[in-house]
Amino acid sequence: MTTMPPYTSTTNACKLCRPLGASLAFRGIEGTVPFLHGSQGCATYMRRYIISHFNEPIDIASSSLGEKHAVYGGAANLKLGLRNVTRKYAPQLIGVATTCLTETIGDDVKMIISEYEGEFHTGEGHPRIVSVSTPSYGGTHMEGFNAALQAVAEQLTEPTAPHAGVNVLPGFVSAADLRYLKEMLGDFGLSFTLFPDYAESLDGQALNDYPLIPAGGTPLAAIRAMGGARMTIECGATLPERSAGSSLQRLYGTPLCRLGMPIGIRETDRLTAELAALSGRPVPERYSAARGRLIDAMVDGHKYLSGKRAIVYGEEDLVVGLTSFLAEIGIKSVLCASGGKSGRFREAIAAVLAGLPVALPEVREDVDFHDIEDLADNLAVDLLVGHSKGYTFARKKGIPLVRVGFPIHDRMGGQRLLHLGYHGAQALFDSVVNTLIAKKQDDSEVGYTYM
Amino acid sequence: MQTATVLHGRENQIHRKGTAPFAIDCNKDSLAGAVSQRACVFCGSRVVLYPIADALHLVHGPIGCAVYTWDIRGALSSGPELHRLSFSTDLQEMDVIFGGEKKLYAALIELIDRHRPKAAFVYSTCIVGLIGDDLEAVCRRVTEEKGIPVLPVMSEGFKGNKREGYQAACRAMARLVGTGDTAGIAKHSINILGDFNLAGEIWLIRDYFQRMGIEVVANITGDGRVDDIRRAHGAGLNVVQCSGATMDLATMMREEYGIPSVRVSYFGVEDMAEALYTVATFFADPEMMEKARAIVREELEKLLPELQRYKAALAGKKAAIYVGGAFKAFSLVKAFRLIGIDVVMVGSQTGTAEDYEELQQITDEGTIIVDDSNPLELSAFLQEKEVDVFVGGVKERPIAYKLGVAFCDHNHERKEMLAGFAGMLNFAREVHDSVMSPVWQFVPRRTKEI
Repeated sequence: MTTMPPYTSTTNACKLCRPLGASLAFRGIEGTVPFLHGSQGCATYMRRYIISHFNEPIDIASSSLGEKHAVYGGAANLKLGLRNVTRKYAPQLIGVATTCLTETIGDDVKMIISEYEGEFHTGEGHPRIVSVSTPSYGGTHMEGFNAALQAVAEQLTEPTAPHAGVNVLPGFVSAADLRYLKEMLGDFGLSFTLFPDYAESLDGQALNDYPLIPAGGTPLAAIRAMGGARMTIECGATLPERSAGSSLQRLYGTPLCRLGMPIGIRETDRLTAELAALSGRPVPERYSAARGRLIDAMVDGHKYLSGKRAIVYGEEDLVVGLTSFLAEIGIKSVLCASGGKSGRFREAIAAVLAGLPVALPEVREDVDFHDIEDLADNLAVDLLVGHSKGYTFARKKGIPLVRVGFPIHDRMGGQRLLHLGYHGAQALFDSVVNTLIAKKQDDSEVGYTYM
Repeated sequence: MQTATVLHGRENQIHRKGTAPFAIDCNKDSLAGAVSQRACVFCGSRVVLYPIADALHLVHGPIGCAVYTWDIRGALSSGPELHRLSFSTDLQEMDVIFGGEKKLYAALIELIDRHRPKAAFVYSTCIVGLIGDDLEAVCRRVTEEKGIPVLPVMSEGFKGNKREGYQAACRAMARLVGTGDTAGIAKHSINILGDFNLAGEIWLIRDYFQRMGIEVVANITGDGRVDDIRRAHGAGLNVVQCSGATMDLATMMREEYGIPSVRVSYFGVEDMAEALYTVATFFADPEMMEKARAIVREELEKLLPELQRYKAALAGKKAAIYVGGAFKAFSLVKAFRLIGIDVVMVGSQTGTAEDYEELQQITDEGTIIVDDSNPLELSAFLQEKEVDVFVGGVKERPIAYKLGVAFCDHNHERKEMLAGFAGMLNFAREVHDSVMSPVWQFVPRRTKEI
C-alpha cells in the first residue's frame, strides 16, 4: 500500500495538468485543432511547454475568457472561438477540453456545443466537435490524455460492420515510437488504426508553406470505424477500467486486449505474440533478429549493469515498462515514482517483475521531486531514468540521468527517442550502459581508453 | 506566397505603413479562437517577480500554473536560488469545494520553515479567484507568525492579460518598498527596474553605472533581493526599462516617496549609450557625464570594428520582430539597422497606442505593424515579406524554423546576454550565425528558388 507523502506543499512536481494531455491526444487526430475552454494563459503555457520538447509548432486555440465571462459564463466566447477556428483553420474536428476555470464556473460545455451546432452547423464542410472534461484540480496529464481518447471513442465512432482492422492505442509514447509501431503492424500484414498518431503532426518535415493543420494524425474515417475492428489493443499497465478501449467494447462489443507498454523483452514479446496470433503469421525476421541482437548486446554489457541501482520516475505506465526492462538487464530499480495516483502502480510493478529474481522496489504514487530526493537519500542510487525535469536533482546529487519520455527540454530530439519494441529496448540499453560506462570513465583517475 | 487570413475583429490590429493614415487597435482582449501568443495575468506577475532569488514563490492553485513556470527564465542569481524551485499548493477537487485556505496556510508554514526565505509571494490563480479564498487574511496570519513579509499577488489568470499581471506584481512589491533602512545610501543612487538579469545582463548594466560613480540600491528584479527592495525608496532615481513590467512600481514610488523615474533601454548601441547619458543628465553632474562618455567611447572602440564584420555579411537581409512588450521592439529595430538589416514586420503582444505610434515612426514604408498576432498571421507575414531572420520567443521559433527562416531567441529563457554593448555584439553574432548557417540551402524554401 502506498502512503501519501507527508508534505502539504508540492515542490517541483512530477506531473503536468490534464488539459495538456488532452491537447496532445487531439493533436494526434487528422485535421484536428485542440481547443481549451478557459483563460488564454492555459493554452499559451501548454504550447510553450510542448514546443520546447517537440520543436514543432502546436496551435492550441482558446476561448480566452476574461473577468466578465467568469461571472456570466463562457458560452458566447466558446461559440465565437469555435467559429473563428473553423474559419481560420478549416478543421475536420475541434477537440474542446475544459480547464479548472470553466469547470468551476460550471459551464455546461456539451450543451453549449449542441446550441452552437444548432446555430451554425450546416452539415458538410463543418467540423465535428468533441468535448472532454479536464479540470486540472484532479489527475495529471495522463488522465487528460486518456479522457480525450475516450471522449473521441464515444463521440465520434459509429456502428460499423465488422472489419479486419485492429485498433492500437499505445498510450503516451514518442513520435518515433508511433512510427515504429506502424511499421511493426504493417510488417505483420495487419490493417490497423493507431490512435492517437502524432508521429507526423508533432514531428514533421521542413516545409515551404505553413500548414493550417500539420499533416498526419489518425484518420477520422478510421476512428469512426473503430467499433468494427477485430480487436482493440490498449497499452498501459495502470489504466483505469473506463478507457477508450473499454468504451469501444461496451458500445460495439469490440474485444479488448490490455497490455503493458511494450518496453523490454518480455513486454514486447507479449505484444508480438498477440500480433502473431491476430495476423496468423510468425514474428517477422526483422523483429526476431532485433530481439536476438538485443540479447547478444545484453550479454556483452551485463557486467557494467549488474547490481546497479536506479530511480525510475514519470508517468506510471512508462515507469512500469522501464522498470520491467531494467530488471531484465540486471539493474535494480530501488524507487519507482510518479506524480500520478492511479492506485494501480504498485500492483503493476509487482506484476511486471513477477518471475524475475528481484525484490519489489519502493513504489510511490503522488510524489514530487522533493519527495523523490528525500526518499533517495538512503538508496545509494547509480542512475536516474526519466524525463528532463529530473536534471535539477541529478545534478545536485551527481547521479547520471538517462532521458526518456516527456518532456525532454534540455536536449534535442525527445520526439525521436525510441522506447518501444526490441529496437527501442536496444536504444535504451545502449543509452543506459553507455551512461554508466561514461560515468565510470569520467570519474576514473586513470582515464581508461578501453572500458 | 500566401496572404494572411485575418479574422473578423482583428483587421484593425494590423497596419501596413504607408497604405493609410496610421491607426491601430491595441490593448484589447484576445479574440477567442485566434490562437494568441499571449499568456495571462498570472504569467505577467510571475515573470516580473520570478528573479527575486531569496523569496519563496508559492503558486496557490492547481498544478499546471506552477509546473509550466518551473525554472522557466534565464534569470541568474549571484547567491540564493530559491526562485528556481517550483512551489504549488496543487489544489485538488476537495479544496475547490471546501476552500484552499487551510492548505495554503499549511503549505506556507512548511515551506517557510524549510527554506527560511526573506519574504514569500503567494500567487493567486484563476481558481482561487473563483472559490474566494481570502489570500490577504492567510498571508497576514503567516506574516505575524513567521515574521517575514508574506505578500498576496492577485494574479487570477482571467482578469486581463500580462499587463494586469505586471500591475499585480508591482502592487505586491510596493508593499515591500519603504520597510527597510535607507541609512548610508550614497548621494547618487538608483534602482534598476525592468531588467531581469537574463544571462547575467544586470551585472553588466550595474557595472556601467558603478563606473559612473552611481550606487545601485535595488535590482528590480534581476538578481533581486528582498532586503534591497525594502530600502529601494532610499534611491535618488528609478531607471526603468521595458514596456510596462515595472512602470507601475515606479509610478507608485513617485507618488509615495517622490522618487523620479526615467525610461531607458539597454538593447542596442544607441539606446545603451542613451541610457547612461539620461542618468548622468538627471544627476546634472559633469564628472559623471564625462565618465559615461568615456564608457561609451571605450566600449564602442572595441565593439564597432567587430560589428562591421557582421554588417558586411548581413547587409540587405530582412528581419521580422515579434516580442512581448513593444518597448523591446524599438531597440531591436535600431539594433537591426546598425547591422544593415531592414525590419519589414514588427509586432508585440501587449503594445500600447503610444508604442505603436513610435514604431510606425521609426520603421520604413511598407513595414507591417501588428498587435496580439498569432501563428497563421505571423507565418503569412514571414512568407509575404520573404524574411531572412525572425526574432521572438519560444512560441515564435518553430514558426520560423518550419518555414526555413533563421531565428534569434529574445525570450525569457535565453542563455545569451543581449543587453549592453557586449550584448549588441552577441546579438549580431547570433543573428549572423543563424542567417549564415549552411542548413538553409537544404530547406524547401531555398531549394525551390534554385
